[in-house]
Amino acid sequence: MTQKKSKGVIAEKKHEIMGSLKKLGTQIYDQLDSGVFPTITMPSRSTENIHYDPDLRQYVLGEKSVTRSARNIRHVKPFTQLAWAAMFSNELTFHRKTSTLRDVYYSAQAYNMTFKDQQESNNIITDLETTTGRSREDFNIFPEERSAVFGDLTIEYTVPGYEGKTLNLSSHPDGVLIGPALTSSEFASTKADKVIAIEKGGLFTRFIEENVHTKHNAVLVLTAGQAPRQTRYFIRRLHDELKLPVYIFTDGDPWGMHIAMVIISGSANAAHLRELTTPDAVWSGVWASDIVNYKLPTDPLDDVDVKRLHELQRDPRYQGDPLWQREIKTFLKIRRKAEQEAFSRYGLTYIVDEYLPAKLENKDKKKK
Amino acid sequence: MATATFEEISASDFFYRNRDIAGFTNPSRAIFAAIRELVENSLDAAESLKIPPDVYVRLSFEGEASQDTQIYKLRVEDNGSGIQPRFIPSAFGQVLFGSKYKLKQTRGTFGLGGKMAVLYGQIMTHQPAYVTSSTGSAKIYSFKLMMDIQRNRPIILDRKVLINKEQWRGTIVEFTLEGDYLRARPKILEYFKQTAMVNPYANLTFVDPKGRLYKFNRATTDMPDPPKETEPHPYGVDVELLQRLIQVTPYKNMQEFLKFHFHRVGDITAKKFLEFSGINPSKNPKKLSHQEVVKLMQHLKKFKEFLPPDASCLSPLGEELLKAGIMKELNPEYLVVNQRKPSTYAGHPFIIEMGIAYGGEIPKKGSFVIYRFANKIPLLYDEASDVSYRVINSMNWRRYKVSPDMPIAIVVHICSTKVPYKTVGKEFISDRPEVRREVANALREVSRQLQHFLSKREHVDREKRRLSVFAKYLPRIAEFSTILAGKEKRPDIQKLIKSVQKYDTEEK
Repeated sequence: MTQKKSKGVIAEKKHEIMGSLKKLGTQIYDQLDSGVFPTITMPSRSTENIHYDPDLRQYVLGEKSVTRSARNIRHVKPFTQLAWAAMFSNELTFHRKTSTLRDVYYSAQAYNMTFKDQQESNNIITDLETTTGRSREDFNIFPEERSAVFGDLTIEYTVPGYEGKTLNLSSHPDGVLIGPALTSSEFASTKADKVIAIEKGGLFTRFIEENVHTKHNAVLVLTAGQAPRQTRYFIRRLHDELKLPVYIFTDGDPWGMHIAMVIISGSANAAHLRELTTPDAVWSGVWASDIVNYKLPTDPLDDVDVKRLHELQRDPRYQGDPLWQREIKTFLKIRRKAEQEAFSRYGLTYIVDEYLPAKLENKDKKKK
Repeated sequence: MATATFEEISASDFFYRNRDIAGFTNPSRAIFAAIRELVENSLDAAESLKIPPDVYVRLSFEGEASQDTQIYKLRVEDNGSGIQPRFIPSAFGQVLFGSKYKLKQTRGTFGLGGKMAVLYGQIMTHQPAYVTSSTGSAKIYSFKLMMDIQRNRPIILDRKVLINKEQWRGTIVEFTLEGDYLRARPKILEYFKQTAMVNPYANLTFVDPKGRLYKFNRATTDMPDPPKETEPHPYGVDVELLQRLIQVTPYKNMQEFLKFHFHRVGDITAKKFLEFSGINPSKNPKKLSHQEVVKLMQHLKKFKEFLPPDASCLSPLGEELLKAGIMKELNPEYLVVNQRKPSTYAGHPFIIEMGIAYGGEIPKKGSFVIYRFANKIPLLYDEASDVSYRVINSMNWRRYKVSPDMPIAIVVHICSTKVPYKTVGKEFISDRPEVRREVANALREVSRQLQHFLSKREHVDREKRRLSVFAKYLPRIAEFSTILAGKEKRPDIQKLIKSVQKYDTEEK
């Protein structure tokens, strides 16, 4: 693979975000200045307004919108909180500081803008996301982090104090935390030709130990369970900016399957946001049929697993690729599930030496 | 004068033996009863001249009597009408003195006034009573009296005549009695407070045995019109009253007897009634046999064409005075009063006056504070048996958005020529349908107005809260948007805040 470079994406995005925040502020200011009660209109996030878009292959918000008016006694407080959140985000972005949701809750108190609880402040941040169509990470508000990345990818920091500095993500064998500094970095270069996302930390470490990144020329991403938003955004950037195909390995159960699906098609909770999905990503295993084919040690499905499978069977995101329905049926047929670690019955390296190449090859073939 | 029953023992002897009836049940109750009888006499005496009463009461310690009781000297002074000297000995030394052929609203619960108190004092301490009085004439008469209980006659031990230089008018009564002031004290103080409430034109002063001064000052000098005397209404008479009327009547035939001794009976009504009852109009009432008197009474009750009694014999407080009294003693945040139109039960006219007071100094007790009055005297015992208590507790208060945990006091005043007490104790009003209906109607009326007040206040409060929300947040929105938009000058939002106010007051 040749070197790929993607620069200026982050800078441009920052500019856009500050623009949209300023626009919101100007809109409110102008309304006040002309003597009318300011209003903010945003798409409704009620369940009946969340639709699945088969073209985008993710949930989107429909036509319905809600208007918050400062004239309304019940709206005026959340309206004020939203105005504060916009101003606070603007400052964070301008000063290139980061914050967490918890931080936001406490920071509000410094402005004498108390939130009733964490939930109320989270809701206001979601309102800000919906109003601007940007995710909170774009406003430098991050959740607690636990996902990581490892592989031959050189990034260039944009965070204060590190501007222009670069880092190759294979330099630390535990992987690098996907945090604010990483997600706000520009991609400088990579020799990798694919991305492998892994659900569990144990397997992520095994892959690094077994040099999967060189053997398969891959960037390894640890999702640590359900992938956080910025990890999903990071995976999407790897795919979009560097044109890398994405393979996802999870446990062989409905929950693992859905971790893959959220990376591919997103969640209903983030229907108001774009750029968090990677529709071309591929779920490579562990499939129900792998359990059969590889004779993996298994556990029986319990009631919640079965219930979840029935839910997923009806889920619009599972209607596209016939793979999904096929695997759901197989799960329901065999009534068994298996973890990624189940391959260890064939020895510690089996999964890397035998299973992974077979699955990647299988996918490559199918793609071509 | 006395009937066959009373020939055996004298009237004073009867009360001596049955002093429980008159409220002298025990040492603490006795001291309370003595004070109240004399205070009420004094109030009546001033009111009959439409003079704002000044009543001074002093109870002083004289010595120990028993383990729980003490000897006290009670002195009550008033500025009332005074008593003509020839009546003084009988007025205080003879039980059932005076005639009751005519009716008017008076306070005295038993019509015994201070006589019972003096009698009680004499029984317990064997001390004379001192009565000084003047009607404002040139002389003041002072008597030292005792009572011959067996013969029901006053014994004058001493009599003085003084020159009335100051043109003083009033009565002073002083005697000793045995009682338990410590236990009676709460009731006595409550009695003064409530008496002050329902007599807002009176100055009441009480000095207790420890020398503590309790003063209840008048809030007004306006007074209700004194009650007019009236004849009894035919529906309300009994055989005893008929007998007495027959004894004293100067009229020689039934037509005139009925016309002049009964309320709302004229020539035509008398004639019609006599036809109805088959009594010869020219018959001499003194010639009626006992059976005929009983029959007469029965017919009086049956005859449908008597007009209802009018209320001129009543002296209700009136809404203004009731208001003034409640305001001065309870100092509530809100007060509404209502006076019902006169009504009657069993031939006796009565008027219900009602007040409901909210907030201010009224405590929250978890139940309504109820003040009951009859003919301007407070009723302090047996609240739960009273008709008003029952009416108040059977009200659907939720309809009025009122709950017992609110600070609410309810004042009920019944005035009547014959207050419908339930028992001889005369501390609560009986549950007669006519009375219950009037109490309920009055209560509904004041409750409706209280509800209006409460909902209006709630509306105002809500508006205040509304306004404060806008006043709190709009400036913040202006602040944040100014920073966010990168502007220098904050937009003027005063107009917006004002518009919220204006809009909302128009809304309702």
